[in-house]
Amino acid sequence: MSGQEERGNVESGQAHATTGTYLRVAAILVIITFIEVGVFYVPAFQPALVPVLLFLSAVKFTLVVLFYMHLKFDNRFFSFLFGGPLLLAMAVVISLLFLFYGALRLRTGT
Amino acid sequence: MRYDTDTHAIAVAHGHATFMGLDSRKMAFWAFIGSECLLFGSLISTYLVYKGRSLVGPYPHEILNIPFTSFSTFDLLMSSLAMVLALAAVQRGDMRRGKLWLFVTALLGLVFLGGQYWEFSHFVREGLGLTTNLFGSTFYVLTGTHGAHVTVGVIWLLTLWVQALRGKLGPANAMTVEITGLYWHFVDVVWIVIFTVVYLIQ
Repeated sequence: MSGQEERGNVESGQAHATTGTYLRVAAILVIITFIEVGVFYVPAFQPALVPVLLFLSAVKFTLVVLFYMHLKFDNRFFSFLFGGPLLLAMAVVISLLFLFYGALRLRTGT
Repeated sequence: MRYDTDTHAIAVAHGHATFMGLDSRKMAFWAFIGSECLLFGSLISTYLVYKGRSLVGPYPHEILNIPFTSFSTFDLLMSSLAMVLALAAVQRGDMRRGKLWLFVTALLGLVFLGGQYWEFSHFVREGLGLTTNLFGSTFYVLTGTHGAHVTVGVIWLLTLWVQALRGKLGPANAMTVEITGLYWHFVDVVWIVIFTVVYLIQ
């Protein structure tokens, strides 16, 4: 996005990206989805499948939040309102996985 | 690039400014989305904790249809694009395009819901019910909760579209469209995670 386009948005009261940026982000999201599905079907990727898919998913998530939900352009407080609970939710997921699989290992002795 | 001054001016003009100068409706909605992160975090945790613990089939690798779900993912991503185009059109006062993109967003949401209905019906025919095994219980609760959110989003979008048809939606109500968009994009990012965690990492 050019500086002139951004200024135009500010003057018209639109704190967002341009249509061109939205289209580019959509194209990237579709390409990443194709890569995800491709990686899923290629046997050579099986050993690294989980980290690769989680990384690609995180990239898509970030793009939508930054550009479509406008956090890249909006007040930082909105990022805090979203990022705080998001980090807490991720901590809950990771903690529960450790708790469950840790308890399972203790019970089975493996 | 920051737009704090601009956001403040808009919020003050509409009488919804907080002491921070931000729009109170938008702030409240971001707090709601934060709480939704915790809801879906709990459901995803439950799915992962019980992953691979089913004692009877059908198992995920036997029943999940990746090409079909990839199409649903594409559909939801395109609906997010249509939503931002609708917001941009409403903000610049182009209500003809605004109405069109709002309708396209709702339509793509309906296509997603139709796909989910077909998928659930197919799974039930294959013998996977809510109480069949741990996979069935956690899968239906997680994806069903997401589907319920999509349904609410579609109803919300169609309501806005009808308002726009009646001439009751314009640039002055752009914040309403923006908040609807925040909800819709959140539903999209949740699906991005579900698609990876449930469908691709089996």
